[in-house]
Amino acid sequence: MKIIDTLQFALGSLRGSPTRTLLMILAMSIGVAAVVILTALGEGARRYVINQFSSLGTNLVIVLPGRTETAGIGPGMLLGQIPREISLEDAEAISRGSTVKRIAPLTVGSATLSLNALNREVVVLGSTSNLLAVRHMNMGLGSFLPPGDMHESAPVCVLGVKLKRELFGNEQAVGAWVRLGDRRFRVIGVMATQGESMGFNTDEIVIVPVASAHQLFNTSGLFRILIESKSRDVIEQTKHDAEEIMFQRHNGEKDVTVITQDAVLATFDRILTALTMAVGGIASISLAVAGVLIMNVMLIAVAQRVKEIGLLKALGAPPKVIRTMFFAEAALLSVIGSFAGLVLGYAGSILIGQIYPSLPVSPPWWAVLAACGTALGTGILFSVWPARRAAKLDPVAALAGR
Amino acid sequence: MIELRNVSRSFVVGDQKVTALRDINLLLGNGEYLSIMGPSGSGKSTMLNLLGLLDRPTSGEYLLDGGNVTDLSDEQQARVRSEKIGFVFQSFHLVPRLTAAQNIELPMMLAGIPVEERKQRVTKLIESYGLTARSDHRPDQLSGGQRQRVAIARATVMEPSVLLADEPTGNLDRTTGWEVLKLLEGLLNQGITLVLVTHDAEIGARAKRQLQMLDGAILSDKLS
Repeated sequence: MKIIDTLQFALGSLRGSPTRTLLMILAMSIGVAAVVILTALGEGARRYVINQFSSLGTNLVIVLPGRTETAGIGPGMLLGQIPREISLEDAEAISRGSTVKRIAPLTVGSATLSLNALNREVVVLGSTSNLLAVRHMNMGLGSFLPPGDMHESAPVCVLGVKLKRELFGNEQAVGAWVRLGDRRFRVIGVMATQGESMGFNTDEIVIVPVASAHQLFNTSGLFRILIESKSRDVIEQTKHDAEEIMFQRHNGEKDVTVITQDAVLATFDRILTALTMAVGGIASISLAVAGVLIMNVMLIAVAQRVKEIGLLKALGAPPKVIRTMFFAEAALLSVIGSFAGLVLGYAGSILIGQIYPSLPVSPPWWAVLAACGTALGTGILFSVWPARRAAKLDPVAALAGR
Repeated sequence: MIELRNVSRSFVVGDQKVTALRDINLLLGNGEYLSIMGPSGSGKSTMLNLLGLLDRPTSGEYLLDGGNVTDLSDEQQARVRSEKIGFVFQSFHLVPRLTAAQNIELPMMLAGIPVEERKQRVTKLIESYGLTARSDHRPDQLSGGQRQRVAIARATVMEPSVLLADEPTGNLDRTTGWEVLKLLEGLLNQGITLVLVTHDAEIGARAKRQLQMLDGAILSDKLS
């Protein structure tokens, strides 16, 4: 029997029972669509996070106090010491590194911001003029923190756009005085809308010079030092230098952690790729279920068409041909089902993309291949048994419908 | 040429052994017209199934056109059926979703004959069986006589040497039955060997050679 005839015959028998065929295609396509949509979401989340992270800045190396890894028990721990804080002098020392383009020290706290009778609790960032460039932020109105000595505590502040709107409405904010905690600051600028980035809404913060923040919160430590490396190639060097400088300045104790943006990015990438694969794997269970369904329905088809199988045998169809016929039916179902599933899946992804425009939803190619492969594989695998059963039927009994 | 040598066939039903055929010897020449008669359970259907290679004897040998076909594999037997044997059934056994023409084409499709040749042979047969107006109809749109004619066309399309008919008139009224019978007998002119199983003595009597069976054995074998 020729392949084209086999396919045509299989297509004919699928058309012969349209309801059964449609339901099987539906089951198959839902499975494929589930894999496509879920992995598209996972992939979208991955790209979203990476975009967010990249928007933090480029070639960043970040110094934070404390160590996340410990190598044995240090003397400090036995004495119950907390990690030594990072000082402004440390930041200055790091900024002199040969591969450093610029740095921005960062200190964070919260204080009450008030104007006349209006007041609210806000997050206050203490930093320097470099923050704007390091963090890729944009100004809306006025100017950012003035450059100069980072020890100088000028009473100036820059407002997030949402805070400006809440406090001043449509009135002029630049030049006005506001109260932050127990000090007065003059508003010198308003940030442009940045939106949320890494769970930190920059529209709702106040930025003041780092020395002013230290006075405000009565501290001297830094929350982070953001270092921008001169180029991508020297990031590791920058990291090493920063570690070395901190090691020496802190009397030979490794009590800070230096991470690179790339490393964090790679970690997120790994985590989210794994997540996408896990979600895809879970979705492909539905494909296996569809496969079992195909087997079930094929077994019913064999039982229903016992007389036809008997006749085909009487007309000279060898067992191999009978087997191939049922295989062809299952394969056709899987192919049509996968195709319908792909259409459904891509349509779903596009729809989700329309609803959440910020999420770059698109199914990864490996998931699409895997979904179709699994659909075809399970469809054919699960038709082995029914096909063999059909081929093994005793022709006399089959012709009698037994 | 059909030759059965000491052929027996027994089944195990539950824990009992039932012998459907016992020690049958039969020699049937090419172009012969044989009717097999007997009450139900006499073994005539089992005999037909054995002749059609749908069943295997428990013991004994079956020679078809000089070759021993008893111990051929399933695949090889299927090939012999395809090339040498045609079947006509009491209940027609047409594939319901296929048209008359497609049903006739089916054995050729299974044998892998090219499409053009298939179409030619189907058209020729449909014409000679007077089914031209019905070629695109499905079995449920055909009368009983028409269905059996389609079935006969299907059985002869591969030009077999042996045609096995199991009660071919059993589901038809008398007039239609006679027409179908004449059609089958017409094939004898083309040199086909016709084996007809029936329990109708009047129909059986038309055959040149008549076999009476009882309890799995040949009771009488006479020429008329």
